[in-house]
Amino acid sequence: MLRYVFRRLLTAIPTLLVIVTMAFFLIRVAPGGPFNQERGLSPEIKANLEAQFGLNDPLWLQYVHYLGNLLRGNFGPSYNMPDFTVGELFARGLPVSIQIGASALILALLLGCLLGTIAALNQNKLADYSVIALATAGSTIPTFVIAPVIQLLFGLTWKLLPIGGWGDGALLNKIGPVLTLALPQIAIVARLMRGSMIESLRSHHIRTARALGLSDWSVVVKHALRGAILPIVSFTGPAAAALLTGSIIVETIFSIPGIGRYFVEAALNRDYTLVMGTVVVIALFTIVFNLIVDVMYAFVDPRVRYD
Amino acid sequence: MDASETILSVKDLRVRFRTLDGVVEAVKGINIHVNAGETVAVVGESGSGKSQTMMAAMSLLASNGEATGVVDYRGRNLLTLSKSELNQVRGRRISMIFQEPMTSLDPLYSIGNQLIEPIRRHRGLGAAQAREEALKLLRLVYIPDPERRMKSYPHELSGGQRQRVMIAMALANDPDILIADEPTTALDLTIQAQILMLLAELQRKLGMAIVFITHDLGIVRRLADRVYVMRYGEVVEEGEAEAIFVNPQHAYTKMLLAAEPTGIKAPPPPNAPVLLEGRNVEVTFKIGGGFLAGEPLILRAVDHISIRLKRNQTIGIVGESGSGKSTLGRALLRLLPSDGLIRFGDRDISAADRQAMRPLRRELQLVFQDPFGSLSPRMTVGQVITEGLLVHEPILSGRQRDLRAVEALREVGLDPNARNRYPHEFSGGQRQRIAIARAMILKPKVVVLDEPTSALDRSVQKQIVELLRKLQADHELSYLFISHDLAVVRAMADYIIVMKQGKIVEEGPTEAIFSNPQATYTQTLMAAAIDVTRFRLSA
Repeated sequence: MLRYVFRRLLTAIPTLLVIVTMAFFLIRVAPGGPFNQERGLSPEIKANLEAQFGLNDPLWLQYVHYLGNLLRGNFGPSYNMPDFTVGELFARGLPVSIQIGASALILALLLGCLLGTIAALNQNKLADYSVIALATAGSTIPTFVIAPVIQLLFGLTWKLLPIGGWGDGALLNKIGPVLTLALPQIAIVARLMRGSMIESLRSHHIRTARALGLSDWSVVVKHALRGAILPIVSFTGPAAAALLTGSIIVETIFSIPGIGRYFVEAALNRDYTLVMGTVVVIALFTIVFNLIVDVMYAFVDPRVRYD
Repeated sequence: MDASETILSVKDLRVRFRTLDGVVEAVKGINIHVNAGETVAVVGESGSGKSQTMMAAMSLLASNGEATGVVDYRGRNLLTLSKSELNQVRGRRISMIFQEPMTSLDPLYSIGNQLIEPIRRHRGLGAAQAREEALKLLRLVYIPDPERRMKSYPHELSGGQRQRVMIAMALANDPDILIADEPTTALDLTIQAQILMLLAELQRKLGMAIVFITHDLGIVRRLADRVYVMRYGEVVEEGEAEAIFVNPQHAYTKMLLAAEPTGIKAPPPPNAPVLLEGRNVEVTFKIGGGFLAGEPLILRAVDHISIRLKRNQTIGIVGESGSGKSTLGRALLRLLPSDGLIRFGDRDISAADRQAMRPLRRELQLVFQDPFGSLSPRMTVGQVITEGLLVHEPILSGRQRDLRAVEALREVGLDPNARNRYPHEFSGGQRQRIAIARAMILKPKVVVLDEPTSALDRSVQKQIVELLRKLQADHELSYLFISHDLAVVRAMADYIIVMKQGKIVEEGPTEAIFSNPQATYTQTLMAAAIDVTRFRLSA
C-alpha cells in the first residue's frame, strides 16, 4: 500500500508539470496583460512595471523562472494586489474556503447517504418519491437563487443569521454559506446512494443474509450499506477538491474572504501569477483527494488491493 | 426422530409476480412435503417455478412477488409469521444455499466474520466461542487450513471452496432442513461431484433433510429419495426416485429422461482434406506490469497445442473453466494474437492481420455460449443475421439479402417471419438458433462452437445438437466444438481433445476416450460426469 501511494505521488509530478505548462501558456495566449486595465497609467510607468516583473523577457524564460520559483514554494507577487504575494493571499483565503467547503461536504455526505438509504428501503413509496423530489429540486435550483433566499428568510425576515460577512469565523456566519454549498451536493449524494443501495439490496449476498435469518439492521447496515457506499467514495474525491477550493458565487454573495473568487477575478485581470497559483492549488487538491479516495476504497473493499 | 415424520408441507402454494405485462403466476397451487432426514428433489427446466416455490417458503421473493397458501413447518405457517418470528426459523431451523457461489457471500467481509454472524445471532454465543464453532464448521466442510481461511475474503477462494463456506454457514445452527437451489450448477464437473459427496456425507452425520432444486437428473439419480417434477408452475409427477427413473408416468418426465443427447458422429474418411491446422499454438497473457509497476506476470493460456481439423470432422475440446479451451478456439480463428503456425486450407494465416483475415472470416465462423448477450438487442433478427452479408457479399440487393435470411431461418428451424422481430422476443433455444443462422448464412466451412448448448435446458440442448448435426451433414461443415459437457460432446464429436491448464492431457477418437480414458484427469472427469453410483443409499 505504501509503495502504491509513493508511486501515485511520483506520477503526480509529471501530471502537475503538464497542467502548469498548459495553464501558463494558455493564459498568455489571451490578449492584454496585467497592467492594461489601469486607467491613467502612463506608458513609461507601465513599461517600468512590466520590466520590474520580468514581463518583457521572452516567454520561455518567464516560464523557466516561474517553474524555478514554484519549486522553491514561491508563487510570486500578485500583479493586481501589489501589497500581497500570491502565497499570502492563499494563506489568508484558503483556510476560510476549506472550513466552509469541508463543512458542506460532511453535511452533504451524512444527509445525502441517510436520505438515499431511506428512499431505497421504501422504493416506490411516499418516502422515496419525497426524496427524489427533494433531490431534483436541490440539483435544479442554482446556488445564486438559493443563497439570496437564505439571506432573505434567515437574515432579513427572521433575523436568525447574519446576512453576510465572515465575522472572524463566527459559527452563525458560516451556516448560510455552508447550507448553500451543501444543498446541491446533498441532492447528488442522495440520488447516487438511492441507486446503489437499491442495487445492493438486490444482490445475492443480501439474499443469503436474509436466508440466514440475520436481523434487518445487520442486513441493511452491515451488509447492504457498506457495498452501496463505494460509488459515494468515488464521488467524494472530485467533490472534495471542488468544494474545498471555494465557490465564487457563495463567497461573493455572502462576502466571505475565501479563494473562490480569485480564479475568475485573476483571469479577467490577467493576474498571471494568481491564475497560476489557483491552478496549482486546485490541481494539487484534485490529485491528493483522488489518491485519498483510492486508498479509502481499498479499506472498504478488500477486493481492491494495490501493490 | 421418526424418519417418516413430515416436517415441512407446502399446501396449495401460489406465487404471483406483478410485472409490467400484468400478473404472472409462477407457481400454480402445488403441494409438496418433506419428511425428517430425507432427500427430496424438485426437478424442472428454467421457468418451471421450482426455485420460486422454495423462495416463497423462505419469504425471499422479490418485492413484486406474493405467495398464498400454506407452508407448514412443524405446525406453523411460515407465510403468516412476523419478520422476527420468521428470522427464528430462517438460518436456524431451515437454511438455504444457492446456485451462485461467486456472489452469494458478502465480498466485503472475511469468511470468519460471515460465519460467526449467524452463530452468534441464533445461539447467543460469545465471540470467542462462536469463533471456535466457525472453525469446527470449516473443518466439517473440509476447508484446508481453516485458521488462515477465517481471515480470507470470498474473492480469495475458488468457486468450490466458496460453496463449501456457504454450506458451513447454512449448517451452522444444525437445521432440520437444508434447501439447496442448484448448488452445483455453476461449478466445474469434478468440483460438482465433490460438493455433492460432501452434502451426502454431512446428511449422514447431521441427519437433516435436504431439498434439492435442480434441472440435473444426474443429481437426482445419485441423491434423491423422492422426486417432484415441475413444469409451468405445476407438479406434473411425484414419487420415489427409483420409480420415476424406471417407470415415468407423465409425458413430460419421459421427455426429460430422454433429453440426454444421443447418437454418435462417424469420423470423416481418412483422405478428407485438412481444413484448419494449428501447430505449436501458444497464447500468453500479461497480467499487471507497466510504468513503475515492475515485471508483469506471464500466463500461458494455451501452451504449445497442435490440432488438425478435417473437412466434415467435429473435434470436441473438453476441459474445465480456465483450461484454455475457448482461448484456443479464438486463437485458431486469429481473433487473438498467438505464436505458432496456423493454416487454413493451404494458406498460412499465422501472421495475417485483420485486413488479411477479413475475406476469410466468412468461411471461419463462431457461435457463442450466451444466446442472450451475443445478439444485438437493438437490431431485428433479420438485420442481425444479414449483417455479415453486407461485408462479404456487398453486391446483394436488399431483396436478395432478405431471401437469404428467409432461407437461413428455415434451415435452423425458425419461422421466417421471425426476421422482423427483436431478439428479446425469443427463448434461449430460439436465440441460439438465430446465432447459428447468422453463422450459416455466410455458408462457412469451419464453425467454432463455443459452449453453444451450455446455457440451455436439456431438452433444448438436444434439439440444438440435432440441428448442428443436420447442418453438418447437409453442408460438409467442420466443427470445433468447445464444451465442458461430456454428454453433449460425445453426441457431437468424432475426435476429442482433453485440455487442462493450457495443455492437452489426452486426445483420440471419441469412443476410445470414453471407453478407455488413459490420463488420470480424463478418468476423473468421466467419473464425475457419467458415473451414476448413488452417493447415499438411504433406508
